[in-house]
Amino acid sequence: MKKHVLRPLWVAIGLVAVVLVARQFLVPPDFGVHGDSFTYNFYRLSNVQEWKDFPVKYQGQASCVRCHEENSAEHATSKHATIECENCHGPGVGHPKTVKKLPIDTSREQCLRCHEYLAYPSSQRMTLPSVVGEKHRPRRECRACHNPHHPDREDT
Amino acid sequence: MSCSRRDFMKKALGTAVGAALPAATGAFLGPRDAGASVGDANKRWGFVVDTVKCTGCGFCVTACKTENEIPWDAPITRTWVERYVVTKDGETHIDSPLGGRDGYIDDKIRGESIDPDDIAKAFFVPKLCNQCDNPPCVQVCPVGATYQTNDGVVLVDPKWCIGCGYCIMACPYGVRFFHPVTKVADKCNFCYHRITQGMEAACVQACPFEARLMGDLNDPEDPVAKIVATQRVSVLKDEYGTKPKVFYLGLDQKVR
Repeated sequence: MKKHVLRPLWVAIGLVAVVLVARQFLVPPDFGVHGDSFTYNFYRLSNVQEWKDFPVKYQGQASCVRCHEENSAEHATSKHATIECENCHGPGVGHPKTVKKLPIDTSREQCLRCHEYLAYPSSQRMTLPSVVGEKHRPRRECRACHNPHHPDREDT
Repeated sequence: MSCSRRDFMKKALGTAVGAALPAATGAFLGPRDAGASVGDANKRWGFVVDTVKCTGCGFCVTACKTENEIPWDAPITRTWVERYVVTKDGETHIDSPLGGRDGYIDDKIRGESIDPDDIAKAFFVPKLCNQCDNPPCVQVCPVGATYQTNDGVVLVDPKWCIGCGYCIMACPYGVRFFHPVTKVADKCNFCYHRITQGMEAACVQACPFEARLMGDLNDPEDPVAKIVATQRVSVLKDEYGTKPKVFYLGLDQKVR
């Protein structure tokens, strides 16, 4: 074969080699097919562990109960028992060690998420006790009259 | 032995190619790492959404955004709640302000008031990643940055993703978005960090009405598997053949 044919051929082969060599260094060793399907299971294996190590923020009601017995006992017997503590008190991550006090959402908007009247048939929203927020004591916080831990008991 | 510069280059190149080819092609063409399994292959995570129970409080969205560090005020979220109001003239009004993050405390939809007497039906529909068995988002990824674990959850590798956005376009459910902080694609991963250590997903835990449930579809005794097996469930956009693992109870035909 003539030289002018071979030269670009060598260049092409050289480029392929460079890519393949570079690939050895750039692609993580755990990258490959981990599972049954090349289409769906072609990935970097250690990423699964990285996702598992993502920090948890919401600790769950069970961890609140351990210290806050009084409040949780009251809450547990009320209609609000199904509402997680952290829905109003914020995520408990770091509490009580680094976050001494959790911020509490006492806003009207927080209560109206469920208790604003919406005339929606075929939704459970209709079955909840509700008010028209704009007309029902619009300037006061709900907890001034209602006890959020035990809404049937009016504490004022 | 004489060796011209040209000869030296030729031989060096030849050696490099010769050395690299077997190793590299071996890694490239031998894709099945024998026995390498990820996630618990006995598990298959599934989700049930009961649209009748949902009251549109939005606690799920709040919890999800906080748990998964999704920018609070950016118009992106891994899960959201849609409101559907169907009036008696057959028109459907849909909205989801901020994904329903702050709940629905206003009867106006896109600034429009609807007379309660005109409402034929109205309901809330929570949405999240369907963790499809045939995920189109994974098929289109050019770099292998999104994948399915052995327990059926589709994850995104933020270190490997190049942010091209193909998957965002490919998802028929619009659950993927571009994360403004990590600058890569992001989506719901069933709170993989929580479910793999025995906790509930943040949205499931936050829901006061048990409108969201997650469980193992492979376990016949699991409450979620039981619902899927015994009740009338449907999935979104079944015709796409994506085989979603998020099942809906009480889904209306108006929901798209």
